[in-house]
Amino acid sequence: MAMDGGAAAVLREAHRLTGHTDRVWSLAWNPSPGAGAGPVLASCGGDKAVRIWKRAADGAWQCSDVLEDTHNRTVRSCAWSPDGKLLATASFDSTTAIWEYSGGDFECVATLEGHENEVKSVSWSASGSLLATCSRDKSVWIWEMQPGNEYECVSVQQGHTQDVKMVQWHPILDVLVSVSYDNSIRVWADDGDDEWHCVQTLTEANNCGHSSTVWALSFNQKGDRMVTCSDDHTLKIWDTSADLSQPKTSDNQESWRHLSTLTGYHNRTIFSAHWSSEDIIASGAGDDAICLFAEDKSSMVEGPSYRLILKKEKAHDMDINCVRWCPQDPRMLASASDDGTVKLWELRGNALD
Amino acid sequence: MTVGMINANPVVHERPERAAHPHPADAIDALDVFDTVRDIKDPEHPYSLEQLSVLSEESVSVDEKLGRIQITFTPTVQHCSMATVIGLCLRLKLMQNFPPHFKIDIKVAPGSLANEESVNKQLNDKERVAAALENPNLRQLVDECLCSNDSHSH
Repeated sequence: MAMDGGAAAVLREAHRLTGHTDRVWSLAWNPSPGAGAGPVLASCGGDKAVRIWKRAADGAWQCSDVLEDTHNRTVRSCAWSPDGKLLATASFDSTTAIWEYSGGDFECVATLEGHENEVKSVSWSASGSLLATCSRDKSVWIWEMQPGNEYECVSVQQGHTQDVKMVQWHPILDVLVSVSYDNSIRVWADDGDDEWHCVQTLTEANNCGHSSTVWALSFNQKGDRMVTCSDDHTLKIWDTSADLSQPKTSDNQESWRHLSTLTGYHNRTIFSAHWSSEDIIASGAGDDAICLFAEDKSSMVEGPSYRLILKKEKAHDMDINCVRWCPQDPRMLASASDDGTVKLWELRGNALD
Repeated sequence: MTVGMINANPVVHERPERAAHPHPADAIDALDVFDTVRDIKDPEHPYSLEQLSVLSEESVSVDEKLGRIQITFTPTVQHCSMATVIGLCLRLKLMQNFPPHFKIDIKVAPGSLANEESVNKQLNDKERVAAALENPNLRQLVDECLCSNDSHSH
């Protein structure tokens, strides 16, 4: 890109946000904060609270809200609806809370119950009408939003054999992906009659999958690529261009497939990965480092390969639990850590050539 | 606790004394780590992990340059369902006593436990550890095991 000349890529720490009194587990940028509003970031953690961060006129980031006294255990995950008006929070108290956000205030308008154990993750579908949750009870639940802040559970899926770590909807299709302590990645779709099924399972045995807990996943913007990260210290890239939302027929045997494994970059568990709209993959790990990767377009090998753009050692004082690119500013990355802080990073220089 | 003890007849050893060893005040070595965990009480018996040979000086290794502590412990019986509780006790004790940047890896001694692989994976999943320590009953059990004469802790 011309604006960055030929300078090497650098990840510069721009802001350090303090306030959480325990580890910070998860981050979520509001995808639609509203006309004229700047970026809005939600963070949640072991202190049972959710913090909302906004940038003031002078450029400093401030905590504008603390949502607490609703969950009585760790808040493990948070997610915004596509229209930015709702925030879902998943907790170790076995519940998922839904908060209505009107630009200034938050009101808890629903509580989703049913999981037997800690809820690990929550995700909104691209249409905003479906919500997915997953838990240590090995199940994945799919909820449909109804009028009047009601949520109907439309499916309870039991395919995983262990703790389910994360759920994430495809950015375009109503296809859901779950990743688990059982080392597998499962893909779920509706067969057209409101019956949800596992349509593909990616494991070490037959799909070049991970050899230990899979912690997180992220799609690229178009939804034809996915990255997963694991306790096996690797990131894997998958071709997800096949449309699994269509019922399978005898002549339609397409499936998702493994493209590449990124190994040797992190020496502890990789807890988070996120794919930016500029096609840069960020990863955060238990080695306290952030890595950035991009596809190596000069490579002559068959199939795509990915190269390290940079590794930011000691990005935090402790494990990094979540990395998320800002949707309004694709050069801004947020990270969350066991050290109780959230950091905002600016990516500068030439990252893509 | 389950009806009847998992291991009704443990072998108990005397607690050996050991002379203090000189080293820089802010350095951490394997013996410091061992001194921190040796007196953790077994969840079932009125003895320390050291007395039951669950832990010994050889159980601990420290790489201070890499900021890493590794503990390998030996449950008292092959089918010990208390192994995960012992692992939680070790982890919490170390987290409370050593700088937060240290990475802690806890494993059962190879061949010493029937479900070794499963227990090792659980003990080193920090999210499951965090959730377990939020369970009031389990937390109380762990706290009771850690509550001892602290005359040998730093």
